[in-house]
Amino acid sequence: MGSLQSSPSHQDYVDLAEKTGFSFEQISILHKRFKQLSHNEDKLRREHFGQITDLHANPIREQIVEAFFDKRNFYQEIEEPVSEISFENFLVVMSNFRPPSDNMSQEKLVKVRKEKLRFLFNMHDTDKDGTITLEEYRHVVEELLSYYEALETETARGIADAAMLEVASITRGHMEPDEFYEGITFEHFLKLLEGFDIESRMNIRFMNMDTTTLCKLECRNKVCSE
Amino acid sequence: MGLHRHAGLWLLVSAMLLCCVSPLKAELKNSQHDSHSNSNITGISIVSFKWEHVKAPYIVAVWVLVCFLCKLVIEANHHVTSIIPESALLICAGFILGGIIWGADHQQTFSLTPVVFFYYLLPPIIVDSGYHMPNKLFFSNLGAILVHAIIGTCWNAATLGLSLWGCQKGGAMGDLDIGLLQYLLFGSLIAAVDPVAVLAVFEQVHVNDVLFILVFGESLLNDGVTVVLFNVFDAFVTLGGAQIDAVEIIKGIISFFVVAFGGSLLGMVFGILMCFLTRCTKNIEIIEPGFIFVVGYLSYLTAEMLSLSAILSCVFCGVCCQKYINANMNENSVKTVKYVMKVLANGSETMIFVFLGISAIDKTIWVWNTGFILLTLLFIFVYRFIGVFLLTWPLNRYRLVPLEFIDQLIMGFGGLRGAVAYGLAVMMDEKKIKEKNLMVSTTLIVVFFTVIIQGILMKPVVTWLKVKRATLHDLTLIEKVQNRVFEHMLVAVEDISGQIGHNYFRDKWKNFEEKWMMWMLMKPSARKTQDHVFSVFHQLNLKDAVEYVTEGERSGSLEFIRNDSVLIDFKKKLGDDMLEAMPDVTADTSFDQGIMLPFRRDPVPSVSLEMHEQTMNGLREMEDLNSHHLLQEHLYKGRKQHRHRFSRNHLSINTDEDEVQEIFQRTMRKRLESFKSAKMGMALPKTISKHTKKEQQKTPNGKNRISVDEDYEFSEADSASGYDPSFTYRAGGGIENPAFMADLDPVVPLQIPPWLAEAELDSGGVAPSQRAQARPPLTAGDLRRLAPLRISTQSTDSFMMADIPDAEQRRDSFDLPPPPPPPP
Repeated sequence: MGSLQSSPSHQDYVDLAEKTGFSFEQISILHKRFKQLSHNEDKLRREHFGQITDLHANPIREQIVEAFFDKRNFYQEIEEPVSEISFENFLVVMSNFRPPSDNMSQEKLVKVRKEKLRFLFNMHDTDKDGTITLEEYRHVVEELLSYYEALETETARGIADAAMLEVASITRGHMEPDEFYEGITFEHFLKLLEGFDIESRMNIRFMNMDTTTLCKLECRNKVCSE
Repeated sequence: MGLHRHAGLWLLVSAMLLCCVSPLKAELKNSQHDSHSNSNITGISIVSFKWEHVKAPYIVAVWVLVCFLCKLVIEANHHVTSIIPESALLICAGFILGGIIWGADHQQTFSLTPVVFFYYLLPPIIVDSGYHMPNKLFFSNLGAILVHAIIGTCWNAATLGLSLWGCQKGGAMGDLDIGLLQYLLFGSLIAAVDPVAVLAVFEQVHVNDVLFILVFGESLLNDGVTVVLFNVFDAFVTLGGAQIDAVEIIKGIISFFVVAFGGSLLGMVFGILMCFLTRCTKNIEIIEPGFIFVVGYLSYLTAEMLSLSAILSCVFCGVCCQKYINANMNENSVKTVKYVMKVLANGSETMIFVFLGISAIDKTIWVWNTGFILLTLLFIFVYRFIGVFLLTWPLNRYRLVPLEFIDQLIMGFGGLRGAVAYGLAVMMDEKKIKEKNLMVSTTLIVVFFTVIIQGILMKPVVTWLKVKRATLHDLTLIEKVQNRVFEHMLVAVEDISGQIGHNYFRDKWKNFEEKWMMWMLMKPSARKTQDHVFSVFHQLNLKDAVEYVTEGERSGSLEFIRNDSVLIDFKKKLGDDMLEAMPDVTADTSFDQGIMLPFRRDPVPSVSLEMHEQTMNGLREMEDLNSHHLLQEHLYKGRKQHRHRFSRNHLSINTDEDEVQEIFQRTMRKRLESFKSAKMGMALPKTISKHTKKEQQKTPNGKNRISVDEDYEFSEADSASGYDPSFTYRAGGGIENPAFMADLDPVVPLQIPPWLAEAELDSGGVAPSQRAQARPPLTAGDLRRLAPLRISTQSTDSFMMADIPDAEQRRDSFDLPPPPPPPP
């Protein structure tokens, strides 16, 4: 176990590549990064993410970091709440951002799209009950707008509410007066973002080159300064 | 909008006017002289015909009119324009006009000259495309665009020139006096994809954004290359083959960098200048839009003067400043700029195509050489495709989303040539290039072939190949929010995974921009409204509000606007007996609603859900405060001077404080009169023209009136005061609409900002003040809610603080109608 984490053997590479779709080079680069973040430990904890200074400016950092510790994203059964993740989990979460390969069949693309949307949905659905309620959505919008001090929370709530109404009108059509819209379910979420080109947008270029060396210096400095 | 259009037309005409005046000046002077001597002889003539005086501008104006009429006729036939693109039809219209002129004059008196084209017709189009450039899309594809624009254009020029030369050597074109350098010159002038033609054709096809920006961006940015290639080869032709050495070639390469980067830099400088200018145009809002056009045009001319790439300069000027000037200028100016730009650009485009057609009908320029012309067409077509494929292949290895084969086909097919090539061809020197006319006519044929044939085929090809189309619908709010989530998420994941990619740089740039650029180039007041999500929200709100009003108007009255809490509270608190005693008050308040309407459309986003409610409270408070203030200050004073509405400096109507007060005073006086007359049982003066229909039908008899009012208002109240029952909120019952959940939250009242809390206090004062209306209406409190609505948080009045808060009534004040849901 420990040996796997410190330096994955060839077999581990093959397994990981099969599971996540990353190339060997990408895996080894990400592994380096993982080690760098966790200070050469086998497990990554929440506070490790706090070292990344670039992340501090990100308004939705909490949700994103939380997504790494969300067991729904690991495709495996874990009982207790996750407090630390292994490299494999890290890779699995990362693989959600892999660009689709060129020669992908249509149904495969649909599947990829659904997985990416599922990831996004889980990120918003903080209480893990399968619906994004108004409160949860408001939280997202507030965080997004927290960047602009000029906009008050009132506005953020207004926006979230308007968006929610929009959702209700798109998914339900006409609502009866006494009907209650409890929140966005995943099906509705799919329907809402139908026109959204997610499979070509939720992508990150994972280099085959090692750019962590560039980041490393930066991060080291930051760790020192902290 | 009509005004703006006229302004645009006027500008266009004057621009055209300027271009023709100079050559005709001498002629004009002569004729003036003549008429002078004539008038001396014959004495005073009452009516005289002075054609020579107005000839030049008159002809220009008539041509503009004719071109626009052509467009009008063409656009009237939808079944034709759906098959054949407008640009092709305009060229055909040009053929017809040219034929008519040729038939009358037996020579082509009007043709597209390079001066008119490059200095007057092209700049508006370039300014427009720079200003309306989708920046994000443009910069995220900049790499591919540059590769295609620079290498692609060079490739086109070189291959065409060399192939034609080879064919001539092989004897395919008979006996032509064209050397290798002249072939290359010809190749370089015809190599560039034309922005005008591309825009005209692609705008009607709606291919996906990436594809569009690749072709269009290329067509704009290749201008730098075209200018350099043309100038260099022109110089080489002058020098002659023997004189060209390595130094000259290196000079040529250096001049490319100077022309391209110098042009772009110059454009950016002008863009920043423009931002600074709009920062301080607060006091001259009416000519604010003019700055944009003048500075944009100057950036073009300056680049031309310094022999840099004028198109690049103009494009980058627009690209740099669009965000900041849109934020700096007031909303009306932004709209004006947008419309006038469209008018100018569209007008110029129309004229360019028509004049291209006219220019073609000229016997003197036509030299036919089948081999040369057909081979040119073939090579242009084939090499464009080869070039696109060759360049996209390495690009795709670095692109996150590779360009598909079909996209590449369309890119190749979109290689349209246009008026720029024709302008350059006409500019060639006949003394140096013997076969100039052949080249000009070949260029014309190429232009017509690409614009007409490829233009017509574009739509079927796009449909047939199933090219991804652009989504035409506007982004919904949730999509915008999701977009934003995406951006941040990608940056975050890049940060976590330690990759330095696109998003990393974009984020860094954004931070820099927010820190420095905005601070420098944007008005402090404009900075806060810079959020896209926010702006969509704002627009949605406006839309909602407009729909709300339209719906109300459809149902015959505008009363719904205000029978929210005021009237409902009123009824609840007072009971029928009270109402009977003061019929006029209800009438008056409802009358008021009609006038208030314009003020509701204040650009503060305020019409949604709780926001809606709270702002409504705020509005009401402000309105009350204002009425106090106004009453105390103005009611018994002399009228203030009414500012003239046709003022050249101030377009805004009713936003001026004086005018608001003026209107308020007038309505107030009317109201007082009507109140008195009704009290005394006299007829209501019929002068109130702003009454809604319903109200005019009412008799001045108080009893009668109140029954109508009551019916109406109660029915409204029953349906929870919204006209759309689908999102109802009932005070006592449960909450049906999820958006209202937070209201039950006990923490919420704490979050209400002080001014809103005040509003709530105020609503507590509703009942007593209404009751007070039984007395003659001169107490200030009675008339509070009759005042014009204004949202200005500064006007706080200590008077209001005296009202006693009443928890129950505050609860009631929440019973406002939710806004109508967006249409499903």
